[in-house]
Amino acid sequence: MAREKMQILICGGTSCSDKQSEALADNLKLELEANALENDIKVVRSGCFGLCNLGPVVKIVPGDVMYVKVTPDDAREIVSEHIMKGNKVERLLYKDPSGKTKSAEKELSVYKKQLRIVLRNCGIIDPENIEEAIAHDAYEALGKVLTEMKPLEVIKIIKDSGLRGRGGGGFPTGLKWEIAYKNKSDEKFVVCNADEGDPGAFMDRSVLEGDPHAILEAMAICGYSIEAHKGLIYIRAEYPLAVARLKTAISQAREYGLLGKDIMGTGFDFDIDIRYGAGAFVCGEETALIHSMEGMRGEPTVKPPFPAESGFMGKPTNVNNVETFACISPIILKGASWFSATGTEKSKGTKVFALAGKINNVGLIEVPMGTTLREVIFEIGGGIRKGKKFKAAQTGGPSGGCLTEKHLDTPIDFDNLTAAGSMMGSGGLIVMDEDDCMVSVAKFFLEFTVEESCGKCSPCRIGNKRLHELLEHITKGKGTLADLDRLKNMSYVIKDTSLCGLGQSSPNPVLSTLENFRDEYEAHVTVKKCPAGKCKDLMEYFIIAANCVGCTACARVCPVGAITGERKEPHFINPSICIKCGACMEKCKFDAIIIQ
Amino acid sequence: MSSIKIELRQEDVNKIKEICASFNNDPQELINVLHKCQEHFGYLPAEIQEVVSQELVIPVAKIYGVITFYSFFTMTPKGKHPISICMGTACYVRGAEKVLDEFKKELGLQVGQTTKDGKFSLSSLRCVGACGLAPVVMVGDKTYGRVAPDDVRNILKEYE
Repeated sequence: MAREKMQILICGGTSCSDKQSEALADNLKLELEANALENDIKVVRSGCFGLCNLGPVVKIVPGDVMYVKVTPDDAREIVSEHIMKGNKVERLLYKDPSGKTKSAEKELSVYKKQLRIVLRNCGIIDPENIEEAIAHDAYEALGKVLTEMKPLEVIKIIKDSGLRGRGGGGFPTGLKWEIAYKNKSDEKFVVCNADEGDPGAFMDRSVLEGDPHAILEAMAICGYSIEAHKGLIYIRAEYPLAVARLKTAISQAREYGLLGKDIMGTGFDFDIDIRYGAGAFVCGEETALIHSMEGMRGEPTVKPPFPAESGFMGKPTNVNNVETFACISPIILKGASWFSATGTEKSKGTKVFALAGKINNVGLIEVPMGTTLREVIFEIGGGIRKGKKFKAAQTGGPSGGCLTEKHLDTPIDFDNLTAAGSMMGSGGLIVMDEDDCMVSVAKFFLEFTVEESCGKCSPCRIGNKRLHELLEHITKGKGTLADLDRLKNMSYVIKDTSLCGLGQSSPNPVLSTLENFRDEYEAHVTVKKCPAGKCKDLMEYFIIAANCVGCTACARVCPVGAITGERKEPHFINPSICIKCGACMEKCKFDAIIIQ
Repeated sequence: MSSIKIELRQEDVNKIKEICASFNNDPQELINVLHKCQEHFGYLPAEIQEVVSQELVIPVAKIYGVITFYSFFTMTPKGKHPISICMGTACYVRGAEKVLDEFKKELGLQVGQTTKDGKFSLSSLRCVGACGLAPVVMVGDKTYGRVAPDDVRNILKEYE
């Protein structure tokens, strides 16, 4: 493949594509053609580099020089300086928080603590070119499995590796495969769950966009192991780029005889189709997902029977998440003990996290299980934005909880997160600072659950609605101390009596914020104040007389005429007229207006 | 939900039939059929559901049930420039709510509504997976990142 002397890799992930990485690629190609270099240097749109807030990101190999925040207009300089003269374009290099420029990829602090197994090819290969994938060992594991191994041997390796489902539940993958293998049937199915519905999680999308062949290969390996010949990928319709790349990858794999009839001449048949979701969070639950694939409302059903016994069309079905599948080929090629050497006692391997929220380095990272939250947030994530104070990290999406300062040094794995009142979930990690009100955050998640509850069982349908109403009450300053106990009791009832994972985990954000930030809840209900100054109904704008110079700027901007005062005299806000729009505070140049 | 009564032209009916046939009139493919129909017509009024019902031999009530279950499907036409504000967690903590309020104020719309001239419709969605750009607003296929309430008026101006 490396006929070219040099490659220019441009991040083709969603965040970067939105920021004109396509126009940048076109400009680079034009510049190369203008200098008759198009045969020597190849422009590749690769998968996500994981540096989403620095995009569009460009990497030049060999040399691994990274340029960040590149615009289409920078194409000329990159070609004329770097490519033709070999000089790095200083102004586009990454600068770490201390202002030091870092050019090579491995120098970046973001990458130092990372270990990339799932994301091994993201940002390295061209996802639309199967030959590049093959050059990076794609389909080698499938070949090994088909020619040298029996299904039970494959299952044993996966079991020995200690791989657990990355979709959230953490069920041992090998065991799941074994159950599906043991249920004899004329037809079985392998399903890839790519319905990434957690707000703030985008790792599955990045894998599908950056390395689609890894998923196809792993599904075929799974098919061989459980004796299935049909695979289905259930993907969100909201991910058009991932869908397009998957379609390309599937047709290329068929063309190369790596999917379809008689794969690699071994007599094994396996083919993959795509099914679309239509925006329902509950469809991440396996039984709901299967109903949705059958063209029905995505409502969950009671387990057992588990999908491994009776799943899609009543046939044994094995459902795994994208990230889980992405671990399979390396395990087959490098062995179970290689994989289990990384991680903690009960959680092996690595985990991908999507860092988002009030953190400096927003993006995708992959770290060994057992890395502490402190390392993730402060070393890899570069700390909290604008130098604010860390307050909480939310993991597990709407089903998870908040981790606080006291959890910073806990090694992150499945069991520790559960013990801390949160969960691994799919790996979204949203960081909050001192300005975030935890009651509002809990309310935000409940709002989500209320909207996404399928309505089938009453604890989830009615209970979550009641929880949300109580929280609404509290943020409006109408709550009482008794409401806090009510919140807690109701949460436990919902958890204990709901049908599926959605209801069983939806009160987690309430319980964990109540546990860790009870003083904040109490401030809302007793003194009717929001310590973070987020709850509109509980705030009061106030002018500090000593700071006010009487410039009248605030009085002029106030839309309701709530501010009075003479020129050059301290002004005053009438709280009964004030609508709390905040316009005065934005306008004030003297920091005289505060929220109480 | 009351929907607008519309008259389907023969060619529209044929188009729906064609879509159903491309999926072999298989009832299991209902969601894919609805995706294609919405792609073509922009929304899924009762009249379209009736044709799909006949073709796939599924009761209209079931189809209605599926459409109302999934947030991606809509029974009211969207505006010429549909505006979606991401209300995922990352966008939320970076102030998406204020941006949404500003759009509501500027357009005089609530979430799920369309302006009278059919130009803009407003919706909130959960995470487009571009958390590095939070808060994110989408107008049609165009994405705006790091939107502040002050930017709202300028964004709308682009479509005047």
